[in-house]
This record gives sequence, structure tokens and C-alpha cells, in this order.
Amino acid sequence: MMQQINFDQVFDDMAAKLKAQTAHITTGTPVMIGIHSGGVWVAEQLHKRLGLRDPLGHLDISFYRDDFTRIGMNPQVKPSHLPFNVDDRHIILVDDVLHTGRTIRAALNEIFDYGRPAAVLLAALIDRGGRELPIEANVVGMRIELQSDQNIKLKGPTPLSLHIAEKDK
Amino acid sequence: MSVKNFQLDDQGRLRHFLTIEGLKRQMLVDILDTAESFSGVVDQAVKKVPLLRGKTVVNLFFESSTRTRTTFELAAKRLSADVLNINVAVSATTKGETLLDTLHNLQAMHCDMFVVRHAESGAAHFIARHVAPHISVINAGDGRHAHPTQAMLDAFTIRRCKGDFYPLNVAIVGDILHSRVARSQIHALTTLGVNEVRVIAPKTLLPKDVETLGVHVYHDLKQGLRDVDVIIMLRLQNERMQGQLLPSEHEYFQLYGLTEDTLAYAKPDAIVMHPGPINRGVEIDSQVADGPRSVILQQVTHGTAVRMAVMSMCMGSHIKAEGSTA
Repeated sequence: MMQQINFDQVFDDMAAKLKAQTAHITTGTPVMIGIHSGGVWVAEQLHKRLGLRDPLGHLDISFYRDDFTRIGMNPQVKPSHLPFNVDDRHIILVDDVLHTGRTIRAALNEIFDYGRPAAVLLAALIDRGGRELPIEANVVGMRIELQSDQNIKLKGPTPLSLHIAEKDK
Repeated sequence: MSVKNFQLDDQGRLRHFLTIEGLKRQMLVDILDTAESFSGVVDQAVKKVPLLRGKTVVNLFFESSTRTRTTFELAAKRLSADVLNINVAVSATTKGETLLDTLHNLQAMHCDMFVVRHAESGAAHFIARHVAPHISVINAGDGRHAHPTQAMLDAFTIRRCKGDFYPLNVAIVGDILHSRVARSQIHALTTLGVNEVRVIAPKTLLPKDVETLGVHVYHDLKQGLRDVDVIIMLRLQNERMQGQLLPSEHEYFQLYGLTEDTLAYAKPDAIVMHPGPINRGVEIDSQVADGPRSVILQQVTHGTAVRMAVMSMCMGSHIKAEGSTA
């Protein structure tokens, strides 16, 4: 486990940045979608702080991964649930760790299969670099430098904690 | 020493889906859980996911069945696979080509999965043993042997309606002897741990050793339906009537047909199921088939999600495990 992190402070800062970034929206209120599972835990915190009207949506991008032909079926798929119409809505997409960008690409593909949003903002608790696709977050909680053979994982939901491990160990 | 299940790969993942027999409870639960996720796909504006994009699924039907073929086709298309429908009864084999020749030709067209319906028990196993290692075979009904996806969609419907399997008493009514559906249902329900599976039928429509499957036998419908939570009615094939296994359709309905009156012996919240197509007035009265306790159309809806789950799990097993990325 990493050193103690004040998650409340990090979420407060992220919520303040998101508030500023969505202040210009005049066509309805934004909606929030968390990516299963860590992204949902982060989204629950941000959703509460922003006081969003619509319930939180959650996505499991297992059926949209580009590595199905390499790793097969995820045995613990959770159903995606978007309790609102995404057409013309401003969406705040939330994940715990932003790394290669492939998860976000899959999430965007899935969201667009539900409809055509007006815009999508990306919020990530941790940006660990190592992008393989041209995807960047609008709001980042923390930037953490890691070796390519290391993984970072958010464990939760209560309490939340960050863990760094060597890959395949 | 446990015998290796031919349907599973070296890591215990589903490679073919030929029968429920021999599969562990957790595998059946995994199928149901995965199907639960796929059931949400119909809520999307685009009712498909890209999982099997670039894969080719062949519906190889040696015996005609519009409904089963259609649900497999829809499942494959919702997974973004390309689908070939081959009605073998009216194609190659009637021109003298052997089954293995047909298979080899389809393999040469780079197909990835065969969904097989055949009148002979064991046909899907035979095909699975002769296909190339990268191909999965799904049994869509073989003779009197098995119809595993039908049994799983029934189990899925029961779980959706009743939650837990453990406290349930389930009655299967009708032609158990000739029914591949009943055999697969019995294996699925006993593996999933229901309290009691009952079979209700005349002696002429029951296999001799049916008790060895772990079921209780009843010949009286009212007695058998007492306090059950789930009633599964089986289709009565017309040829059984002509084969003198039963006196008449009318008499069968009098003794084993499900009506409002006989349904009253089951629990007040019991659900009524039927694999379809229904013979109204033979196995089941229209009032019951269309009544509030009937979940027959829900079974049809769930058929697609369950078949998507099985197809994706089988295709996923051909894949060498590597790391994933975020």
C-alpha cells in the first residue's frame, strides 16, 4: 500500500475543477458515468460533491475491450446501467486509473451505442502516463510516475486505498 | 481421479457447450451471470456489442427449427459475428457429401463456431471431436440427448423470477422420455441446487431409470403439482400420439394438461414455463399460457442473452492469456 492519501481532499479538488469546467453548460445539467469498478467508487464521491440531479450511471466495458482476442471473457462482468438518455447530454466520464487510454476508448464506444451525447468530459483519479491512444483527462486527481512493469490499483469502496504491485505478481 | 470434461479447455474454461452433464455449479452460475450482463444490451440504441467482430458463426441445422436457429442467429449478430445459416437437410448431404466433408469445407472457409442441431443423439459431440482446435461447437439439440442452452435459459428465467434456486420445488410435466430439453433441465436444476425436481408423466413417457437422475416421479398431475414453485410443461410431439404411447390428445389433456384448476395445486406465486412451440389445448390451456403466471415469452427473450453468454465464453477460451491494459 502507498503512503496515506487524503482522498477527501483529492475528491474536493476534482469536484471544484469539474464545477468550473461545467459552469458554461446551459443546456441541461451534466450526468455522470463511472467505469466499473474503481471508476464507480470515484464517481460516487464526485457525484455527491457536485449534487448532480440524475442518478449515477455505471459502465462495464468488458464487451468493448480491444483485447478480447488476447485475454478472453472477463468472468466477472457486471451489467452496464445508464439510468438516463445520453442523447444531447453533457457526460462526465470517471475512471480510477488512466494509463494506456484503451479503457476510455472502449467506454466511449459503449456510450455512443446508447446514443449521441453533446459532450464528454473525462475525470481520472490517477494519471499514471503511458498512453497508447490520443486520450487525455480534463480533470486529474493525482499524477503518479510508475515503472512499465508496475500496476496501480484502487481498492475499496470503503475505505479507499491505493496499491502498487509488480505486474503478474 | 476426476475425468477431464471434453467441453473444457486445460484451464477449465468452456470450449464447447454440448451438455450440462458434468459441468460444475460455478460454471453454470458464470453462464447465468454473463447472460445477465448481456441482457442489458437491448437497452442500448445500438443493440450489439463488438465482442465477436470478425468471427464467423455457422448455424448447422440438420433438423429444422426456426425459433432456435433464429435466437442463435440473433445472439451471434448481437455479438457482431458474421452468421451463415446452413440447412443441411436440404443441402450438401443430400447430394451425397459426408458430414465430415461438409465440416472440412466449412473449416476451409475460416469459420470459428458451429451451432449444431441434429436428430441423432451424440451428433454435436461427434462434430466437436472432428473440428479444428480453434473451432467451438454448441449443441442446439441432439436427438433425445441434450439441449443445454434451452436448459440454461430456463434456469435464467427461474433465477430472474425466483432469485435463489435452493428453496425451489420444480415440476417438469409431459414427455420426459423423448425430451432432450427435460434431460438438460434436470441436470441444470439439480446442479444449481434446487430443493426438489419432480417429473410428472404417464409411465409410457418416462425413461425406466429416471430416478437415477435425482428426480421424484409422479404419475398424477395434481399430486405432483402440490406446493411447487415452478412448472415446466413440455411439448408433446404429434408422432407420440401416432406411436400409440398415448390414447388420444384429448385424454392426455384431461390427465396432464395444465389448466386454471390444476394450476391451483401449485403455490400461489408459482410460475409456468414451456420451451415452445405450445400445443394449446394439449399440454396447456390458453388461459394459463396467456395468464399472469406464464413466463413463456420471457423465456424467449432470455434465450438470446443466454446464447450470447455461451458463445462469448466458448470463443474466449481459445485465447492465450496475456496481460490487459487500462
